[in-house]
Amino acid sequence: MSGDRVYPDEPAGPFEAPPLSFVDGEDRDIEIRPYPDDADGESGEDEFEALVEMYTEFDPADRAQGIPPGRESDVRSWLETILGDDGYNVVAWDDDAVAGHATLVPDGDAYELAIFVLQAYQGAGIGTHLMEALLGHGAANGVDRVWLTVERWNRAAVGLYKKVGFETSDAESFELEMTALLADPA
Amino acid sequence: MKVLLGVGGSDDSLRALEDTVERARAAGDDLTVAVVENPRSERSPEEVDDRVRTVLADAGLDAPVRHVEGDAGSRLVAIAEEEDFDMIAIGGGETSPMGKINLGSIAQFVLLNSHVSVKLVR
Repeated sequence: MSGDRVYPDEPAGPFEAPPLSFVDGEDRDIEIRPYPDDADGESGEDEFEALVEMYTEFDPADRAQGIPPGRESDVRSWLETILGDDGYNVVAWDDDAVAGHATLVPDGDAYELAIFVLQAYQGAGIGTHLMEALLGHGAANGVDRVWLTVERWNRAAVGLYKKVGFETSDAESFELEMTALLADPA
Repeated sequence: MKVLLGVGGSDDSLRALEDTVERARAAGDDLTVAVVENPRSERSPEEVDDRVRTVLADAGLDAPVRHVEGDAGSRLVAIAEEEDFDMIAIGGGETSPMGKINLGSIAQFVLLNSHVSVKLVR
């Protein structure tokens, strides 16, 4: 990816860092926590398996630019890559089940962002909380430049990204590229 | 089948080169390789030309290699249509750190403008 991305003049945020909890639009108690959970960078096998389960249940019609992968074995190797040491992840939990996951994957001095909300949990405000929690988690760890690509017909996603402070940086491809500059932590 | 392969030097175009040459060798396709200008590629046309000739030689395939100047997408489409190619083959996109597939600008132009079938190599 090119290193000459344009970032907005105005920073986005500040956003509250997780853990945080809220009641979603369907009256479910949702908790957002960083992944891995503890300061040692370890997360339990149960949490990992819960993430795998969310992605294997994911509706293939909601895949974007080839992710998440379709087969469980590919989901596992993809997750091991994006949950690696240098990125930042947050997970939205409905009790022991994963409702959504958002991730920042390192790319030079910036981070690439992606967010996934399981179909049964869409349209209940979880995406907005998850985005804000991820950006709060990233900013608290020194992340300042974030970019993403999104299919231009995906209006719900584009609207969410704009709402939290992303601006379009490249509109000349099939996929829109959007960028955000993160404010210092609150 | 008469196949026009466009190679601009991006990683996905080099994968398309390997794949298309192997396919041409196995299927007996009538392959022409066009070395095109991709402003986003860090490899020079000379480097790309070397790579193309190496891959062809390794496969034992004697295919014409030509250098195409100017806008890569529109030139590929024009050559394919004017010279009755059956298919244009090009790289099918780069993968971001996240694993997202991003289609290059040459592939986008060719896909939307070509009246000849297009093969995106993944």
